[in-house]
Amino acid sequence: MTQIDTSDAIPASQPAGTAKGVARHWSESRALSPILLIALILLWEGLIRWFEVPKIVVPAPSAVFVALWDGIVSGLFWPHFLVTLWEIVAGFGIGSVIGILLGILIGLSPLMERLIYPYVVAFQTLPKVAIAPIIVIWFGYGLSSKIIITATIAFFPLLANTIVGLRSAPREQIEMLEACTANRWQIFRMIRLPQALPFIFVGLDVAVVLSVIGAIVGEFVGARAGLGYLILQKNFSFDMAGVFAILIILSMIGVGLHMLVVAVQRRVLFWSEATANSVTGA
Amino acid sequence: MSHSPDIQTGALAPASVAAAVSGDPLVRIAALEKIYPTRDRGNVHALSDIHLDVSQGEFLTIVGPSGCGKSTLLKILAGILAKTSGRVQIAGADLDGPNRDLGVVFQAPVLLPWKSVIENVLVPARVQKLDMAPARRRARDLLDLVGLSGFEDRYPGELSGGMQQRVGICRALIHQPKFLLMDEPFGALDAMTREQMNLELLRIWKEQDATILLVTHSIPEAVFLADRVVVMSPRPGRIAEVMQVDLPRPRNLEMFNTGRFGQHVAAIRRHFNSTGGID
Ligand SMILES: Nc1ncnc2c1ncn2[C@@H]1O[C@H](COP(=O)(O)OP(=O)(O)OP(=O)(O)O)[C@@H](O)[C@H]1O
Ligand SMILES: [Mg+2]
Repeated sequence: MTQIDTSDAIPASQPAGTAKGVARHWSESRALSPILLIALILLWEGLIRWFEVPKIVVPAPSAVFVALWDGIVSGLFWPHFLVTLWEIVAGFGIGSVIGILLGILIGLSPLMERLIYPYVVAFQTLPKVAIAPIIVIWFGYGLSSKIIITATIAFFPLLANTIVGLRSAPREQIEMLEACTANRWQIFRMIRLPQALPFIFVGLDVAVVLSVIGAIVGEFVGARAGLGYLILQKNFSFDMAGVFAILIILSMIGVGLHMLVVAVQRRVLFWSEATANSVTGA
Repeated sequence: MSHSPDIQTGALAPASVAAAVSGDPLVRIAALEKIYPTRDRGNVHALSDIHLDVSQGEFLTIVGPSGCGKSTLLKILAGILAKTSGRVQIAGADLDGPNRDLGVVFQAPVLLPWKSVIENVLVPARVQKLDMAPARRRARDLLDLVGLSGFEDRYPGELSGGMQQRVGICRALIHQPKFLLMDEPFGALDAMTREQMNLELLRIWKEQDATILLVTHSIPEAVFLADRVVVMSPRPGRIAEVMQVDLPRPRNLEMFNTGRFGQHVAAIRRHFNSTGGID
């Protein structure tokens, strides 16, 4: 009996040890993601050369990198990059502020919720691509129309997350503050708002990625400058490598802004367990 | 509940009679009822026909089985939970919400995780817009008193449960309240720390001339601290007995071993057993 017991115990302990080893190995191997990327790029390059795919269908990675390099050193991309970055940042900023303020208004007042929220949801269900041409007609081909389109896309994640966040404060914390004679404003400032911050940062992270989409959609509808405008131009002249090069820049902007949000979040929400364990993907 | 008038007028130590006669009670509870409405399974009758007077400067402890409504009673007195019916008066006026002179220790520590230990202690001072410099000094003294000096700038997430509870106690004392409601304040502490905290609490009580209502699950602790022990029984929560503790003051830890002390504890235990209470 005892012999059977020990022989059972040995294999049982081994898989546990192996599983732990695997888990550690995976979490430590941050190099895996870049290695995968390089492998895919090499595969892509190889396939295109092997099958002699025409470059107006899919460009080879080498051609994309050449286009990217040329665009940067020739200074062609730079002004367009600045225009689009400004549209993204300004639209994101304006949309976020409006979303948070409206979220506070609705989150704190059931009356406001009944009055405003249905219209906000109705507006949200409109595809922004559909109203983009109207906004361009109203506000022109310049920066402002793009900023407004971006803001209309960025604001909803902040609105929704602010409302939920403000209502997430535990009742015990509110009772604790009430017991020392806090008024509504103090409860808002000392408990509801800090409790809402983790939610607001989730909203910011979603909004930052949507803002890139918003700016490009706006430029597609009508613009005289910007990376989206440049994509259209390159598309017309069948410069596929150029289009891909701009796409790389766009995703760099998105990743960079996302990382900025996460960095700020780490500093502000040092106390939140959700932050410590959060998945950074957006 | 019918016991409490008996005790007010009946066999009392002369000193207590004098105190009871000299002024109106600080807290006067009459025919208090609390029914929690619940969505699915009917109503919970948490408190039924509660009558209780607490005199100025009195130390009252409350014992009773889990779920008999001790926390409910304290929350009503704190003005953060509405009663269903009955009358609650504090200092002669009907209770209509929280009071600046009130300090509350909650059953769970309820610290704000984004504030440092000292900032958590200072929350009532900030809410009541007290002078911050002396409040900060007092916060340090209180933290020192409960054995947490050096932890001022840590965050609640870095503290053990017992340490968090002690921070909660400091927070309740920061604004020097005259009336303290304490819901199992020492529940998460080890026996040694607990005894020290009992002595400190008695000292603060005397020093500040405060009135204290303290809930505890420890019958010896209830006897050691109290002028009177309120024994509650469950379903619905009632006051089963109010027992006068006639041990001399100041109290010291040696009293735990005296026969008189043992008799009080045994009397309360008997009551628990006869009413089917647990613990
Ligand atoms: N918010 C609530 N909603 C509904 N029922 C409640 C609520 N709070 C408490 N109760 C019920 O009221 C009764 C008394 O609860 P209370 O928390 O006052 O008990 P307690 O004596 O403090 O218990 P313990 O010693 O476990 O802390 C319990 O039956 C509980 O289920
Ligand atoms: Mg309780």
